Amino acid sequence: MTATRPWWKTVLGVVFTALMLFPVYWMVNVSLTRTRDLRADPPHWFPWAPTLEGYEAVLAQQLPALGTSLLVGAGCVVLTVAIAAPAGYALALLNLRGGKTLSFLLLVAQMIPAVVMAMGFYAIYVRLGLLNTVGGLIVADSTIAVPFGVLLYTAFMSGIPRELLQAARVDGAGPWRTFVSVVLPVSRNSTVTVALFAFLWAWSDFIFASTLNRNGSLVPITLGIYSYIGNNTTQWNAIMATAVVASVPAAVLLVLAQRFVAAGVTAGAVKD
Amino acid sequence: MTMTTLPTAVGTREDAGGAAGSTPAAPSGPRRRRGPSASQWAAVGFAAPLLVYLVLFYAYPLWRNVDLSLHDYTIRAFVQGDPEFVGLDNFAAVFASSTFPAALWNTAFFTVVSIAFQFTIGLALAVFFRSSFRLSGFLRALFLVPWLLPLIVSSSTWAWMLNSDNGIVNSVLESFGIGQINWLTSPDTALIAVTIANIWLGIPFNLVILYSGLQNVPGEVYEAASLDGAGAWRQFRSITLPLLRPVSAITILLGLIYTLKVVDVIWIMTTGGPGNASTTFAVWSYREAFGTGQPDFSPAAAVGNILILVALVFGFLHLQLQRRQEAS
Repeated sequence: MTATRPWWKTVLGVVFTALMLFPVYWMVNVSLTRTRDLRADPPHWFPWAPTLEGYEAVLAQQLPALGTSLLVGAGCVVLTVAIAAPAGYALALLNLRGGKTLSFLLLVAQMIPAVVMAMGFYAIYVRLGLLNTVGGLIVADSTIAVPFGVLLYTAFMSGIPRELLQAARVDGAGPWRTFVSVVLPVSRNSTVTVALFAFLWAWSDFIFASTLNRNGSLVPITLGIYSYIGNNTTQWNAIMATAVVASVPAAVLLVLAQRFVAAGVTAGAVKD
Repeated sequence: MTMTTLPTAVGTREDAGGAAGSTPAAPSGPRRRRGPSASQWAAVGFAAPLLVYLVLFYAYPLWRNVDLSLHDYTIRAFVQGDPEFVGLDNFAAVFASSTFPAALWNTAFFTVVSIAFQFTIGLALAVFFRSSFRLSGFLRALFLVPWLLPLIVSSSTWAWMLNSDNGIVNSVLESFGIGQINWLTSPDTALIAVTIANIWLGIPFNLVILYSGLQNVPGEVYEAASLDGAGAWRQFRSITLPLLRPVSAITILLGLIYTLKVVDVIWIMTTGGPGNASTTFAVWSYREAFGTGQPDFSPAAAVGNILILVALVFGFLHLQLQRRQEAS
């Protein structure tokens, strides 16, 4: 029995996974379907005659949007890490007074609905003329990741042995030197996790993009898909092809950095 | 923390400093000389970017939001900056609106049903994946996919799958003799449709957190139980559920907070419609402010502020839970 048990579990696991990932398969399938087959009844379960017309439409129309999303994601990563890493250092290792309150505020900040933030930003940006700018979108998107980043850095840096910091101090390093040449290198994995999530959230953001950057000349890919849905309901292969392309970062992250992803999901919720 | 391990070089010095924590037990020279205020200045310096950031990009937008909800902002007032102060009129209007009871019911249904299914399925899968088998790690990683995809991607995929005429879901149901269901366009099913998509989206989050919670339950407990003749179901009831209670509480609480905020999924699939059939508070707020040609920010901000109050309540609950967990 012990020999057969893992075997049926594997089969069952594959079935569960297949069920779970069916929508993802369907997205790929539709993206490869010819326009005239889209309305076939019953739908084609497999793209027997695959076509790349959907992807050609993506290349022809969505390249600037992909570039904008990359830019916004990168900007968001830089901003988030630049703010979160030193703050985590202050909270975890420099015994910042009022640190407990600050941590609580960050926790609450994560619970504020994005739509509320979007309205506030809109009201501010209207006056400052920052609507439809990439910079404005980067700042707004970073609000999703900064509280998370600070909390994650704090949690990790609290675990850095104090002896290590003391050794640095004995060697004559001040707080800045200690931060740059001891704390940051040791926290490299946390930086990867924070950067990953900052990028992914900025890349995936729809609410801020659709409110603060609606009429911009540079719209991100999420809006590219959205306007597709609004404009032509016939070309679902093109919509799904864009969706596939927009999923590439997620796929890359999953392959390259799966353990960081799982770490990020649990970081906020599980303490030990 | 389950996330990362320190490089081994760091760990080897573990015993070097002894009680080098916050209590200065031994009066060692160099440590004494460092004044507390100097290090406090350094701490403030390192936290300064965050503090400035929070004031500028959290406090200020939130304050603007409160300001919006207390004034009557028309588009012209928005640009000119001279709105009329109306006190709590916007809130009164929101509570009196015919959308309010619908949004309340939809929010409650969407949240409770989503979480009930997400949690149950997530827990079942976590238990299933607990004992490792061939490919288990790989399959578990694949389960993260729905969570990593941009919401617009998964929402539009679900919208097409649930399409009345050409959707795969109706096609499958048809082969079982069930007639066409207008998932997204009928007021009876729109809310159910978006809830189904949202359940699918939330399963990975629940799975990952509950799975890591299960990893903290020592295997010997199960071995002892099975030696005592406890079957799988008995083990689940008497070991897994009770030991997982703290993690479960936090999972559900975070689920609540995240689900209350959801706009994208519903907006992309149904825009809250038909009518108000799938309008939750968050969607209502979004629609008033940005969804129509005529933005109406003041009531939208009022709804948003109600949402914040709810989030605050859950925030305190979360803190309470964590305290209790640390105490035990």
